[in-house]
Amino acid sequence: MSVQSVFPALESLLPRVAKPVQYIGGELNSTVKDWDAVNVHWALMYPDAYEVGLPNQGVMILYELLNEQPDVLAERAYAVWPDLEALMREHRVPHFTVDSHRPLGAFDVIGVSFATELGYTNLLTALDLAGIPLLAAERTDEHPIVLAGGHAAFNPEPIADFVDAAVLGDGEQAVLDITAVLRRGTQREVGRSELLKRLAETEGVYVPSLYDVRYGDGGGIESVTPNDPRAPKRVTKRTTVDLDEWPYPKQPLVPLAETVHERMSVEIFRGCTRGCRFCQAGMITRPVRERSLQGIGEMVERGLQASGFTEVGLLSLSSADHSEIAEITKGLADRYEGTNTTLSLPSTRVDAFNIDLANEISRNGRRSGLTFAPEGGSERIRRVINKMVSEEDLIRTVSAAFAQGWRQVKLYFMCGLPTETDEDVLEIAGMAHRVIKAGREASGRNDVRCTISIGGFVPKPHTPFQWAAQADPDTIDGRLRKLRAAINSDRRLGRNIGMRYHDGQPSLIEGLLSRGDRRVGRVIERVWREGGRFDGWSEHFSYQRWTEAAAAELPPQGVDIDWFTTRERTREEVLPWAHLDSGLDPDWLWDDWQDALDSREQDDCRWTPCFDCGVCPATGTDIQIGPTGATLIPLTPVPAAGG
Amino acid sequence: MAGTVERGVAANPAPPTVARVRVRFAKRGRLRFASHRDLARAFERAVRRAGVPVSHSHGFSPHPRLSWVSAAPTGVASEAEYLEIGLTRPVPAAELAAALDAALPDGVDVLEAVPSALGATSLADLIDANRWRLTLPGVDRAVLVEAVDRLMATESLTVERATKNGRRPVDVRAALVTAEVDGHPVDLQPGVDGVDWRPEEPPCAILTAVVRQMTPAVRPDDVLAALQAVADLRPPVPPMATRLAQGLLDDRGNLADPFGTARV
Repeated sequence: MSVQSVFPALESLLPRVAKPVQYIGGELNSTVKDWDAVNVHWALMYPDAYEVGLPNQGVMILYELLNEQPDVLAERAYAVWPDLEALMREHRVPHFTVDSHRPLGAFDVIGVSFATELGYTNLLTALDLAGIPLLAAERTDEHPIVLAGGHAAFNPEPIADFVDAAVLGDGEQAVLDITAVLRRGTQREVGRSELLKRLAETEGVYVPSLYDVRYGDGGGIESVTPNDPRAPKRVTKRTTVDLDEWPYPKQPLVPLAETVHERMSVEIFRGCTRGCRFCQAGMITRPVRERSLQGIGEMVERGLQASGFTEVGLLSLSSADHSEIAEITKGLADRYEGTNTTLSLPSTRVDAFNIDLANEISRNGRRSGLTFAPEGGSERIRRVINKMVSEEDLIRTVSAAFAQGWRQVKLYFMCGLPTETDEDVLEIAGMAHRVIKAGREASGRNDVRCTISIGGFVPKPHTPFQWAAQADPDTIDGRLRKLRAAINSDRRLGRNIGMRYHDGQPSLIEGLLSRGDRRVGRVIERVWREGGRFDGWSEHFSYQRWTEAAAAELPPQGVDIDWFTTRERTREEVLPWAHLDSGLDPDWLWDDWQDALDSREQDDCRWTPCFDCGVCPATGTDIQIGPTGATLIPLTPVPAAGG
Repeated sequence: MAGTVERGVAANPAPPTVARVRVRFAKRGRLRFASHRDLARAFERAVRRAGVPVSHSHGFSPHPRLSWVSAAPTGVASEAEYLEIGLTRPVPAAELAAALDAALPDGVDVLEAVPSALGATSLADLIDANRWRLTLPGVDRAVLVEAVDRLMATESLTVERATKNGRRPVDVRAALVTAEVDGHPVDLQPGVDGVDWRPEEPPCAILTAVVRQMTPAVRPDDVLAALQAVADLRPPVPPMATRLAQGLLDDRGNLADPFGTARV
């Protein structure tokens, strides 16, 4: 069965929409294959705008990996903006992939990568535009398997009605295993129900329909149990070991359209054991697995050749923590000196950072701004969240940076953390004032700047804060108002301090979706039916639409929005994701939560003995870190003078 | 010493421009939806991929020296886009064209490159008019002929265009030099998808127009707006526009090729 491109129909709509280039595909290094020449057809969707989705490393890695399989094709899809959605409905154009503009409904499987829960409504738009029933239960053998992945898939319960399966953890081997299952027979060949059972037998794959959830009298979950013998009691996440064996992306996609990150990104390690208690990414991606210096060097060189990018991003959850970060940055800065290639280190910690590193990073480029994330304003709250950076460290680092020519420091914080009081937040003002004073002293100039960026804290599954009460939006907004007044209380310093924050309302909805159970699905569907789209974008997000839908859909099911968000959980409660195993020992998580309440810190297991979080034994892995003592050889040997 | 930058000294003292090359390229098929900014970024990356020894501006944020003239609007295809590239050492123009073409996405196709002497007449001074082709699927030839006749019979026809600085009037008739209507099926570029997507509707009128460069520029959309204003012409599907040529207008309405004298 050949599948036609919808481009002829789409083409006449494109002159009528904003930024049509995002829908045309044809990016450098994209792949188009003959539909009939392969056995398995994957669509990979990022449920947000193209400009955000295209640079996503997860999608790029899986896209390349799957297309390397001779009998597999993978094409990409992104959310369409409401202007095109309206035209597609009017002219009956189905949702399409950008590579070959094939309709999504024709694929065997649609893998949807959820970096955030706020993409859930966009999933429903895509399914509906593709003519795929929203409810998994209503799909037939002719419909694609809808598969969720990404960090949000660690609690897919709120979208359990809409997805057929979810993949926990690293995707590299998982997509190949799922492909192997599909090779043995797609849903059209073996039937949807049989295929789902085969998927449930695949490591790391969770099939929600094979589990029954029973609720107790108090509104909580009584049990989650498999309703089929082929579904495991607990689904354990996948972990990719030895990143050097997976050097993706080799051929990064280079968009024509402008996107949020325009650079050659290399993941220098995966996982983080710093143990920040709010950080879901750090908890669910353990253990730390470093890519080798040579592996990084090869990926950078090959990627720059293939893309023509001028910036190299060294990605990870805390890039300065790589055991050989100094050698990596110096080696790359040496190698690309004079080629107008810049390096960036997106996530750095104050304590892991030093000025030598900063100098290497900026050697071939600008030194505009430095970004640090103390996350908490007071020493006490930083002990609660286990983000152990001292204010002295911060001031020492920014002083050195200002002395070296930097003019701007950006500081990230959270508001609404467990045990937080007004005083904890107000200490942010004092810290910012001292940064300005130190900066003026070190640079001898008055025009130094400090920007404070604050987000509302959202408790996430599989973290020690999964039991915590989320702060309500009024509390957060009130604290931020007081903080602004405190910053401006010293006008001489305050005028050099910028403050950027989002109000607390979107955080509450993110909290509902993060820690929700299957009952939240009805809220998502209702919000979508009432026009909810692109909820991660403030101009599209409607708090009222969400709270009204929650008020209509949750009470008949015995719960409400507060029950999911601002309520603290007990140790006995069955959490909606309890049957999904991130490797973390639940007892360790609970003890770490108690340590947080007692303001007790926990060291990093890379430098202190193992503290038994449980991940390594549960997933059969171990931390993989250097140093190896290797160095990066220059690619073009410099001829000896006179030689 | 590596790792330090002296204040007031450029981080990357850029080698000077010693040669220039002029490039003509096409944007075809679905790539016509790329904006000028999109194409500019694509070329900046392509020169790196192709290993073109492009010269850079000085300062903390050096930019490759690519100079553009009158880019075709987003959504309009073109067989005649031009840019000039500054080089730190001379490179054979044909080699550069081939390498650059290989480094660009399919649909952005380098057609020709010629060396340009330092101090030669600027590209902008070699262009004062464009030839456009407008394909109007679903429009009968006779209907278009009548609309064009009416437009050409006027002295002046002003339409309004939304620009960044609000609505601005443009005199379409004043800019129009010639306008010819044809009705033969047009041979569109095949889709890059490998799927044929040429319009199927049998009637398809084609307008070829030579338009003088003015400020603000008269674009294909403005010509269509003018046809709607004089004859209420409303194409059932969005017409497709292609820039066929740019150059200096002579007395007989022909365009002189900007590379005419530079070609060896």
